[in-house]
Amino acid sequence: MIHFYFAKLRNFSAYRKVMKLFLLSFVYFFLSFGLPAKKKNSTTELIQPLININNLGAGNIAAIKVWPKVASLPASDVLVLLEAMNQANPLGDNWIRGAISKICELDKTSLPINKIVEFLNNQSNQDEARQMAYEIIKAYRPTIAYKLAPSFIDDPAVDLRRISVALMIDRIEDIESEEKKKKLLLNTLTKAREVDQIKEISETLKKMGQDINIIKLMGFLVNWHTVGPFDNKERNGFDQKFQPEEKTDLNQKYKSMGEIITWSPFSTKEEFGMLDINQQYGEIKEVCAYAQTTFYSKNSKPAHFRVGSKNAWKLWLNGKLLFARDEYHRGKTRVDQFIIEGDLKKGKNLILLKVCQNEQTQSWTKQWEFNFRVTDRTGSAIHNAESEPN
Amino acid sequence: MLNLNPIEINMKKLFSLILFFFLNNLSHADWLNFRGTLGNGQASVNSVSKLSITSPTSWKAKLPGRGLSSPILVKDKIYITASSGPKQETLHILCFSQDEGKLEWERKFRSTGRTICHEKTCVAAPTMTSDGKVVIAQFSSNDVFCLDLKGDLIWLRGLTYDFPNAANGLGMSSSPVIAQGVLIAQVENDADSFTTGIDLKNGMSIWRKIRPKGANWTSPVLLGSGAKQKVALQSKNGISIINPKTGEEYWSFEEGASTIPSSTPIGEILLVPSNGMTALKGRIDQKSHTQLWQDNKLGPGTGSPTVSGDYFLVINKANVLTCAQITTGEILWRMRIKGPSSGSPVATSSHLYFFNEDGLGQVIKINQSEGKLVSGVDLEETILCTPAISENALFVRSDRHLWRLSEN
Repeated sequence: MIHFYFAKLRNFSAYRKVMKLFLLSFVYFFLSFGLPAKKKNSTTELIQPLININNLGAGNIAAIKVWPKVASLPASDVLVLLEAMNQANPLGDNWIRGAISKICELDKTSLPINKIVEFLNNQSNQDEARQMAYEIIKAYRPTIAYKLAPSFIDDPAVDLRRISVALMIDRIEDIESEEKKKKLLLNTLTKAREVDQIKEISETLKKMGQDINIIKLMGFLVNWHTVGPFDNKERNGFDQKFQPEEKTDLNQKYKSMGEIITWSPFSTKEEFGMLDINQQYGEIKEVCAYAQTTFYSKNSKPAHFRVGSKNAWKLWLNGKLLFARDEYHRGKTRVDQFIIEGDLKKGKNLILLKVCQNEQTQSWTKQWEFNFRVTDRTGSAIHNAESEPN
Repeated sequence: MLNLNPIEINMKKLFSLILFFFLNNLSHADWLNFRGTLGNGQASVNSVSKLSITSPTSWKAKLPGRGLSSPILVKDKIYITASSGPKQETLHILCFSQDEGKLEWERKFRSTGRTICHEKTCVAAPTMTSDGKVVIAQFSSNDVFCLDLKGDLIWLRGLTYDFPNAANGLGMSSSPVIAQGVLIAQVENDADSFTTGIDLKNGMSIWRKIRPKGANWTSPVLLGSGAKQKVALQSKNGISIINPKTGEEYWSFEEGASTIPSSTPIGEILLVPSNGMTALKGRIDQKSHTQLWQDNKLGPGTGSPTVSGDYFLVINKANVLTCAQITTGEILWRMRIKGPSSGSPVATSSHLYFFNEDGLGQVIKINQSEGKLVSGVDLEETILCTPAISENALFVRSDRHLWRLSEN
């Protein structure tokens, strides 16, 4: 149709010129947009089996077939692989990491570094993919990585933010003015999200005479009600459904091990929110206790429920079991030892924790304890709103 | 001048090639698993009586992260793992040349399982394994990677990603083995304890066997070879001898066993750290076993026993090295060594080698009547791994370095 229209032009040379221009434009358009788009599509298609990888080895056979081709892509395609990491799960990420590693090994010079920097700076990309982008830049353009590092101080990606916080800690160390140092440390403390960095900064501040409320800073839940003990002979109590798993009313009375037991308030002022259940019931063995607290959320949102305990435990949120861990005294209780994903609902949320003690008698097995906090995915504390939101 | 026709030239090239591969293989004995190809710490190579840091053929290479895993040796390369990062979430698989210690390639992945460990151990605790064609790396996070010898990824699995409770708060250390084309990965712990057989070709689980609940740091070992090869799984309950292709049990020993030092296979005999030491041998019916002997004076400390000829050697918790007959358990001699040691000793037909935790390597000349300390080397770094032996050299690692130690 288009060709027919131009054929109607009276001046044939003009027709030829217009046709030439049109064809050139078409070729230019095709080369500029068509081919790369097609190529990008075919690359994306090639990578798809690595994105489709799932647990129990699902997708392995398809991934095995395409991986050598993916690992042979030109270095300019690394960006497409980083974009693929936005869609892949952690297993798929590793398949893609392996390919990126191979590509970079073969061609260190053609990496689209500027585009990778853009990808890194775009916080809508997934944390793991951005972290990978940073690792590529660090490995092949370390000076650019060094310049970028301070910019991650408010980054939602925990590992990137950590780099910036570590850099700040190092820089502050060299400052002579105590006042300036304290001010900068206090600011850095609000930026840190990981317990080792928070400990390091707060200890320095404490030595400088500055009080730090870590419970508030990290959002440890320190006010609970507990009920117990329940029987855990031969560790059978872990799987036994005692009454508090069905009736959580704080006025409820339960019969356990020949006694009538009731909920009682339980709180802690320990710096990192540790709740020592032995203080409630004495250092007894082969028992379980339940702890519950009410957590008010301003809105419905996904959250991380971070449990620390060296005892066996189960966690319910609003009556739904989120995770259970049947292990006793394998190492010490740590902050953020287990990070469990869940969804807070707007308003009142009931958090119920079962903590079990076993039969071991060694001195290092007497602890019956836990710590607990609620955070967003970056590790920033979500504080209890304390009452129903308006 | 020698005139050769093209056929003769090609024949000459072929001969040179064959000679090259022959000599190459001769000078690089493989060490394919934790405690060697046989999984019993024994190497059939020429011994060195002195370990030198400064000899012209010795070298020291930097490692990018921590690790207790031992090096494995395939052809002329060394393969080893390390873990780094604030939470040890970065998993490294590295390949070095044996002769020069040159880094040939490195692959980095991220853990998909738990990385919390006791301070003494780390995520790179299990030793790699190989069938000579591919290498397998398993980490404490239960991430498993299969790569070819050039570092190309073949497949990967996240066994704690699959089973989120499959973890040990102190860290895991079981080293996998390959038997009849199946990778045997022991993932045994308090909460979700299992062993799985994974198809070496594609990483798919062929079978998954529920195992006794309880922390278990021991490694599976191979019994026999070829189509009749079996695998011995050890736990606090004892020993289970299984068919690697199906996971089905041939026979078991249920008098309990250690959860730290592993069993030691010698042909059809299995030395089990149980009630001291117990020697077992499977019967021809493949459904039962004979207990050859048991001796509570032969219990190992942290390391597993090693074999040299007709006898085995074991280091106990009091740092006493004992040499005993394999078939009878008769104690031949004892001597005190400088401990404590976390790694296992390894041996040739004439020498035993081990490192204590302070990094002191000790070379002991051994025979049936005595053991004699003949030399030592101080690496001045914490050593927790089991060394690997090659022709005229020993390979050992710390959290920071990998060494080749030769005599000259």
